Amino acid sequence: MDVMRVMSVGRAWVRGEHTMDTKKGVVDGPDVAIIGGGPAGLAAAIGACNAGVDPDRVFILERGERLGGILPQCIHHGFGLHRFKEELTGPEYADRFIREVERLGVKVLLNTMVIELGADRRITAVNDSQGLISFRPRAVVLAMGCRERTRAQIRIPGTRPAGVFTAGTAQRLVNIEGYLPGRRAVIIGSGDIGLIMARRLTIEGVEVAGVFEILPYPGGLARNVVQCLEDFGIPLYLSHTVVEIHGRDRVTGVTVARVDSSGDAVPGSESHVECDTVLLSVGLIPENELSRMAGVEIDPLTGGPVVTESFETSVSGIFACGNVLHVNDLVDNVSDEGERAGRQAGLYATGTIGTTAGTPRPRPAVRPGPVPGELAAKHEAALLVARGQGGLSGSNFMRVVCTICPVGCIIEVRRAPAGEVATAPAGDGGGALEIRGNKCKRGATYAIEEFTSPKRTLTTTVRARVATCADVLVPVRTSSPIAKDLILPAARELASVEVRPPVRIGDVIVRDILGSGADVIATASLP
Amino acid sequence: MGCADIAIIGGGVVGCAIARELSRYELDVVLLEKEAEVGFGTSKANSGIVHAGFHSDRGTQEARLCVEGNKMFDALCGELAVPFRRNGSLLVTKTRSDMSELERLLSQGIHNGVPGLKILSGQQVLDLEPNLSRDIVGGLYAPTAGVVSPYELTMALAENAQANGVRVITSCEVTGMTFADGGRLKRLKTSRGDIIVRYVINAAGLFGDDIAALAGGGRPFRIIPRKGEEYILDRRVGSLVTRTIFPMPTPNSKGILVIPTADGNIMIGPTAVEVESKYDLGTTRGGFEEIFRATRDLVPSLDARDIIASFAGLRAASDRHSFIIERSPGVRGFINVCGIESPGLTASPAIARMVAGMIGEEMALKPKRSFNPERRLAPRFREMSTAERRRAIARDPAFGRVVCRCELVAEAEVVDAIRRGARTLDGVKFRTRAGMGRCQGGFCTPRVMRILARELGVSMEDLTKRGGASFLVVSKHADAGTAGIYGRDEGDECGAGMGAR
Repeated sequence: MDVMRVMSVGRAWVRGEHTMDTKKGVVDGPDVAIIGGGPAGLAAAIGACNAGVDPDRVFILERGERLGGILPQCIHHGFGLHRFKEELTGPEYADRFIREVERLGVKVLLNTMVIELGADRRITAVNDSQGLISFRPRAVVLAMGCRERTRAQIRIPGTRPAGVFTAGTAQRLVNIEGYLPGRRAVIIGSGDIGLIMARRLTIEGVEVAGVFEILPYPGGLARNVVQCLEDFGIPLYLSHTVVEIHGRDRVTGVTVARVDSSGDAVPGSESHVECDTVLLSVGLIPENELSRMAGVEIDPLTGGPVVTESFETSVSGIFACGNVLHVNDLVDNVSDEGERAGRQAGLYATGTIGTTAGTPRPRPAVRPGPVPGELAAKHEAALLVARGQGGLSGSNFMRVVCTICPVGCIIEVRRAPAGEVATAPAGDGGGALEIRGNKCKRGATYAIEEFTSPKRTLTTTVRARVATCADVLVPVRTSSPIAKDLILPAARELASVEVRPPVRIGDVIVRDILGSGADVIATASLP
Repeated sequence: MGCADIAIIGGGVVGCAIARELSRYELDVVLLEKEAEVGFGTSKANSGIVHAGFHSDRGTQEARLCVEGNKMFDALCGELAVPFRRNGSLLVTKTRSDMSELERLLSQGIHNGVPGLKILSGQQVLDLEPNLSRDIVGGLYAPTAGVVSPYELTMALAENAQANGVRVITSCEVTGMTFADGGRLKRLKTSRGDIIVRYVINAAGLFGDDIAALAGGGRPFRIIPRKGEEYILDRRVGSLVTRTIFPMPTPNSKGILVIPTADGNIMIGPTAVEVESKYDLGTTRGGFEEIFRATRDLVPSLDARDIIASFAGLRAASDRHSFIIERSPGVRGFINVCGIESPGLTASPAIARMVAGMIGEEMALKPKRSFNPERRLAPRFREMSTAERRRAIARDPAFGRVVCRCELVAEAEVVDAIRRGARTLDGVKFRTRAGMGRCQGGFCTPRVMRILARELGVSMEDLTKRGGASFLVVSKHADAGTAGIYGRDEGDECGAGMGAR
């Protein structure tokens, strides 16, 4: 086992109770080093511990200032349905894993950037308290996640004014930094982050002029099309794209055009949309610069490392999981994968198993596109948005895209004419309802609720008063869904709310908001 | 703004080179730049090639200044600590009949005084650059060609000029002039107040004809903006070629090139299209296709998926199609340095020396004893050795905080850039490369903004991408909702320039 040299010793650098013996400037390196403290890395740490590695000898190296990766800025709900059978926000989902990692006693190095990774697993990292650190663990887990595709990669012509952001950068500005990217936005691409940001901006009072998707179907989940666009009347233009960005200092507008089946703009279909902000939600790319540095073989199809069944890359003792491997739709899957990869890394580090590098390598289950049922749901959701058919209350028929789970059943609700046998009571005092198309009971319940009194969970942030001049935000949500019509009024109400730290996750910030019966609770702690 | 011996209008590479040259003498010099920072016009979009000089027509002023300027680059970039590499250039062809044109360029180059030129066979070209097309039949090799970072050079020139007493005033647009009896220029009116001057040097680039016209008597020449689009590839493929690859030149440009930049990326371009507007900085689909077709013809393995950034710049070409470096015919004390198109960057140090000579003919130039030609090296965490990194972090822990992960830029570098004069996101980007990498600022933008706000003592809403109204974010507070982002005065937050006053 190599030793890690501590170059300069500053303030405490390890979360939790672990401190290093720095008297001689040397300490032991880890058995398993996990690069990245997002959902994949957190789960991998837990997996490694479960495999029998001393938690003290599992390191998470995280370049950000907190654990959780992208999750802390994903303040919306919808995480954890598979894993925890409940709907959590990003910060809440992360918190469960962070607490487990802390409970186990895994060592966490924050603000620590790995700058080198060798084929011999030697890691060189840097942070401001220890300077350069270097060690050679028995196993390494790559969990660096992915980055967003940029404007240059999809080559949108035009000028380069301020106001063009990737959706994730805008999400960080709004949810962590506490600023808005502009006043009127156009969103390019209907990936989930773009859809989520359309809603987020609307809640914050930014007008969203439209979402433009080059493909004939939306990129994101059906539930996001319904809850992020349809709910707020945000238009979704399928088979459309932005062909030029205008503006000298700041964006002043975009030219949009319809595209043909090969993705080329149809001449004469151009129109101008005024906006001061352009958000891009046009895909994610696994971030494999370190993997390449170590000589890990990259699959040109997924953009991630080629791995064996035990998540080992082509380099012995280097494992990979999560979005660095291939881009996932659901964080729940990332966690599962992380746990398995971490476990394998742990077994490898303890010598329980040997290397599998070089064995036949089945491709990980990567879906090239949406499965047919899911595609149909997306289509249906998109059509609802296009036709403005949402919320047909008072009518006798409604087609609902179920958003309870990602399957996205298309459920038809019909008020049965008198005399017919109905399958469910309406609950709104009207006639009985007929439900079709649901694959589970929860779907029926959801469809009835959508028909009679649609409800949504509000997620937003409130300002915290802290000593520094910088604004600090606390993410919040309603403790249960509230009437859809109350979402925007409740958000406005919360805009003026200010909390005083310390705030703990789950603390009630506002009781019974607007008489909805739901409390507004914090979804993250602020010391 | 008081008075000055000499006012230089325009903080591009030419204006900054002149400012730095004049800072050698006991003169009161002021440099006026209308943008938020120097180099934000044509210079930032330059290809960064230090030309050998064989392209320029035999015996012209342009040829002389190009070859002379080229020779000055080692010393200049050494003094200013600007990355410069003599990587050589290869002008290649796939057509046998072009070989006679190569011979002509060779003899033109020799006549211009370009050292080391050599005609190579197709095989010799491929030995040097194995990723070029197998169909190449020959090339002209120019070992003295180089690459430099055009924005770093411009900013370094301004910084060194400022250190030697030149006042650099940014966000300052010249709007008018008044004259004394006898036609001598007396006063410049600017967006930031009047200034009494003895000499004016018009290095206003794209706006050089507008400034010349302010001196009265119409436009002695016209600037015709010629747009060039460029596309930058991921650093990962930075070793595709090591020399700058030229195709056969066309009548109005040197053609579309494959350029290994001083920063370690491959850049392909530029196009050459005359445009109406001096603000037409848009890239086009046609431009991309033209560039990609042309460069892929030379380097077949170029992959469009490796493109990480694109931009367009405007060459300040004039209707005279040659450098205009002359005293204004109508106004005494007014020198035009305009129409400086390619190889203007290469020629800029020689032009500066020539202009100083012209000033010297009119007034006695007394060398400044305290002149310090050296600029402190900007720290580059990326390029440090392990031992250097250790020392840097021990000295300043901010070197241990990586802000830009793609280009490995530390917080200490960003702070240093701001102390040197960066006032905008682009100013930090051009000085440090934070945001120039493959994620194009997706990760580091909020971080750099935070550091800028902290160091400048302003709020995030006041920060701009490149000055003017290029604000990055708006307040989340409900009360700011109606004001919009365009209503605000340009103010002084970017205009504070480089601490000039």
